[in-house]
Formats: sequence, C-alpha cells, structure tokens
Amino acid sequence: MTAPATVSRNGRLLGRLGLGPVSLRRIGVLGRAEMILLLRNKTAATTALLLPLATVALFSTFLSGDGHVSTGALLATTMFGFVLLYVVYYNLVTTYVARREERVLKRLRTGVVTDAEILVGAAVPALALALAQVVLTVVAALVLFDLPMPVNIPLLLAAVLAGCAIFVLLATASSGFTRTVESAQITTLPVLILSMIGSGVTGSVESLPDALARVFQLLPLTPVLDLVRLGWLGTAGTDAPRDFVGVLSEAREPAVIILLWLAIGVSATRRWFRWDPRH
Amino acid sequence: MVALPPTADGKNNRHMNHTMTAADPALAPPDRETVVQVTDLRRRYGGSGGFEAVRGVSFSVGRGELFALLGTNGAGKTSTLELVEGLDLPSGGTVRVFGHDPYRDRAAVRPRTGVMLQEGGFPADLTVAETARMWAGTLPDPQPVDRTLELVDLRHRARTQVKQLSGGERRRLDLAMAILGRPDVLFLDEPTTGLDPESRHNTWQLVRALLVDGLTVLLTTHYLAEAAELADRLAIMHRGRIVTAGTVAEVVAAHPARISFALPDGLGRADLPALPGAQPPPSGAPAASGDRLTLYTDTLQPALTTLLGWANERGLELAGLDARAASLEEAFLAVAHSEESTEGEIR
Repeated sequence: MTAPATVSRNGRLLGRLGLGPVSLRRIGVLGRAEMILLLRNKTAATTALLLPLATVALFSTFLSGDGHVSTGALLATTMFGFVLLYVVYYNLVTTYVARREERVLKRLRTGVVTDAEILVGAAVPALALALAQVVLTVVAALVLFDLPMPVNIPLLLAAVLAGCAIFVLLATASSGFTRTVESAQITTLPVLILSMIGSGVTGSVESLPDALARVFQLLPLTPVLDLVRLGWLGTAGTDAPRDFVGVLSEAREPAVIILLWLAIGVSATRRWFRWDPRH
Repeated sequence: MVALPPTADGKNNRHMNHTMTAADPALAPPDRETVVQVTDLRRRYGGSGGFEAVRGVSFSVGRGELFALLGTNGAGKTSTLELVEGLDLPSGGTVRVFGHDPYRDRAAVRPRTGVMLQEGGFPADLTVAETARMWAGTLPDPQPVDRTLELVDLRHRARTQVKQLSGGERRRLDLAMAILGRPDVLFLDEPTTGLDPESRHNTWQLVRALLVDGLTVLLTTHYLAEAAELADRLAIMHRGRIVTAGTVAEVVAAHPARISFALPDGLGRADLPALPGAQPPPSGAPAASGDRLTLYTDTLQPALTTLLGWANERGLELAGLDARAASLEEAFLAVAHSEESTEGEIR
C-alpha cells in the first residue's frame, strides 16, 4: 500500500518530467471534484464559458486582418489567446486562491496525493474547457469563416499545449501574491494586459516601431499565438504562408521564447506559490 | 526553562528537562515500538529575525498510545503537529514517523497517516458525499464511504454542502476523512473544538475504539478533560517548549493538593496548625482571596485530618470548605501562570 504501487503506467511520463510519481487516477478524481465546483460557481463558470467568445465578438466590430491574415483568421486565433487568458490563467488564479484560503490545498497535502497531482488536478477542468473551446473555434472557423485546414496540426497542438503550460504556471505564481478571490481582478491585470498588447490582439505588432515590436514579441502570449498562426495559417503576419515543413524554421524563435517563459513560470511558482494561507 | 514550584522531594525535577534520556516521561515506553519520534524540534517563522514558535521540543509516541499535546494559546502545539504531519521542514531537529522523514519521504509515510487540521480543508460548495468520494479516490485502500460517514453520524447529511454544515459537523467530516484511509497513526489538531458535549463524547468513543484496534494517536487539545479522558501520556507546552510531560498521574503528582475555606472571624493565618506536607502557593496561584484562605499540601489526607481535628477541638466552622487533589487543571494553570515570572527570560 505504498504510493508507487498506485502510480499508473501513464503517470510515469509525467513523472519523468521531474514532477515525481504521478497518478492519473488521482488527478482525475481531483479534476472531477474541481469540475463540479467550477460549474457550481456562477461567476467562474461564466468567465470560463462565455467571456472568451464575448470578448472576441466585441473585437470583431473593429479588428480587421491585414497582409496574409484575414479578419476571420485573426479573430479565430485571437480566440485562442482569450481562452488561454480567461479560461486557463484568470480562472486558475481564482481557483488556486480559493482552495488555498479554504485550506483545501493544505488538507490535500496531508494525504497521499503529490504536490504535482494537486496542482494539475485543480487545473483539469480549466484545461478541458480550454481545449474544448479551441477545438470548437477551429471547427467554427472552418465552417463559418471559410478558413483553410491548419497547415501543421502538430505545431498547432504544441502551441496550444505550450500556451496552457505557460498560463497554468503564471496562474500558480500569481495566486501566491493574491490574497483573496476578489483581489485576483487586480493581481491578474499585469499578465492580462501585457499578454493582450503584445500578442497583436489589440492591433498589429508589425505596425509598431521595430524596438517596441521586438519587446512585444518577448511577452508570454505573443510566441504562443505566433505558433498558433504558423501552425494554422502558415504565417504569423505579413510573410507569405508556408507549408507543413516551411513553418518549422519560422517556429524556432517563438519556441525559444516559450521555453524561456516556461522556465520563468516554474521559478516564479517556486518562489511565490503558497500552500497555506498563513505563510 | 519555565520554573515550576518545587515539591518537597524535588520530584518534579524529572519533568523539567526533556533532554534527559533515561526515564524521560516525554518518551515512549521502551517496550513499545516507536511510531513518532520528535527530537529537539524547532520551527521559526519569517527567517532568522522571525519568531521561533517551536523551541527544542522532544517527545515520542509508541504504537497504540494516545499522546496529547496541551498548551496555552500560541504555545506551539499546531506548529509542532504540522511538522510531524510533514507539511513543512523544521528549522532544527528531526521528526521521524515510522522511521521516515514525513516531509522528504512522503510516499512512504502518507499511506499510513490520517490527519485532521485545526480548521477547514474542504471546498465549501461540495456536498459531504462528494467530498468523501473525492478524498477516498485519492487513497490507496479506503474504507467504504458510507460506513465511515455513519461512524461520525453524518450519513444523513451526505447530500448537504459543506458550507451548510455546522462547525461541529465539519469537525466530524474532517475526522471521517482522517480515518478513511485506514491509517496506522492519526494526527488530530483540536478534534473536538466546536463540538457539543454529546458529539464530543461520541468522538472520544470513536477514538477509543480506534485505539483498541491498535491505532496510534497524537492530538492537540485545550480541553483538559479530553486529555485526562483519552491520553496515555501528555505534554504541556508553553511558549514553544514542553514544560511538563508524562502520564496524567505523573504530571499531576508534581502539583500540591489544595484546601480552601473561610477563616472564622478573629482568627489569623498564624493561628492555624502546621499541616503535614505543607507547600508554598504555586507561582500565580492565590494564597488568599477576600477572607478565603487557600493552603497547599503534598499529602492531602493527613493535612485535612490535622486541620479538621484542630477546628473540631475549638468548635470552629470552616465555611465553604473545599479540599481537592491536584488535577490537570492545576498543572496547566501552573504552566500558564509561570508566564509572569519568566517574562524577562523569554521576551
């Protein structure tokens, strides 16, 4: 009855990523409870289910595509960004803070579940809803906006997963300096605003002075959406669209920036994340 | 070290120094397997300039024992227990549970421990049954959820959300979750706080039944009756240290019995006979309040016999006569009252 005996074979993959032994069964159990909680919390459920779509609908009134990115393509990929920001990032900051203040995190830590299982388990509903909305966005875009099939689906998928990982880590880190669920409205603003302005969702980065554009490219959402646009449309902006292999060389720079943000997320989480309300 | 009133034969000395090894009453009897071993434990909050809440605590708990940590508010009971639970690393000293470090060796320890935190721990919006199913799902070998809820008399509340439970019901849910994984050792932080007397007795009964099954229990409480009722051994903490430890009888033996009464008019203290085993008042305890006099003695029966014989010969009535052997309350109050005398040392 030791813990390693309960670790499923699938869990070993996550285990190898340095998270320690991970049981997908236990993550599933925590995720299920967390999903019930999300659906019972009207504010959180509205944020996770409606806010991304509502925001994109608002943006559609003034955003228009340029270069090789059509308006439809811009809106569809922007939807990815808002899903990551609201469903994953904002939603998870409030989740981690609520569970910490209720001492649920601390109580779980007294049990058999590992730290990684607790953190991932709490993120399950957010990640599931995010992936569902991303898939729906792709389907809707293909049918309604007449967008092309994604050029490089593995790259698109990798971009979405990397985006999820970055914003889960930024959420765990941000929860550390967020005292209450309500104050998350303020503590999440830096990440939300920087992500939005840098990712071109509020206008094309290409039209900015070079130095500023360079800085914006280093912000957390920008490389993720660059990879999304490369994987789907074959171009992140003005360049002519490329094919499955062609996009890979363009993907290198955003990928490096993503790795950088993952590293920042891990170290910020180590520094700020708190299991206990008292310290 | 906080000074306790000395007794005539100096027998409370053995309670004073927990670093003693031979017959240290804070340590488990040698004939029992040691389940919890705490050695010179320290916990400091807020870096090197911060507050040291636990200042060198040592004790051990043997298999099948119930060990109670008593103490004033802020004595460091919860801080100590959290280190034993493996929630944090101590700033000094060691904790071993079944021979393992509960923080670094979680995987080895956690399947065998059940924990009840001082408060909270379950999402307010889940029902009792949902909470129990979630918790059971994380355990390698859980008991049936229904039976466990039945044990704490919560089965009829299975569909109620945690936020609608009373404080006492939440404590009972917490206890149910602590025993759900069939633990070998239970760590209970104030398990009966907020419970009505009936629920408290039910909880005691449950804990006693678990002890019969061979479970080991380490609990904190500020109900002296709870410790007296359940504990095989106990330690009284004050300001981060264990001041007194042992069985209830041992802890109480260090304290004198008390006789109090109102002196008849016209008589003074000097008129009283010398009582056998007489003791000076423990620090902080009253020798007199109003016209009431309180005497302390190591040997209650002979002292009382002498006093009553003296009163009888003179035809005196000792109004409101009250004589009692020392109880945990005396031991506890002696520790709490020692505050003033040690203020300078500690601050």
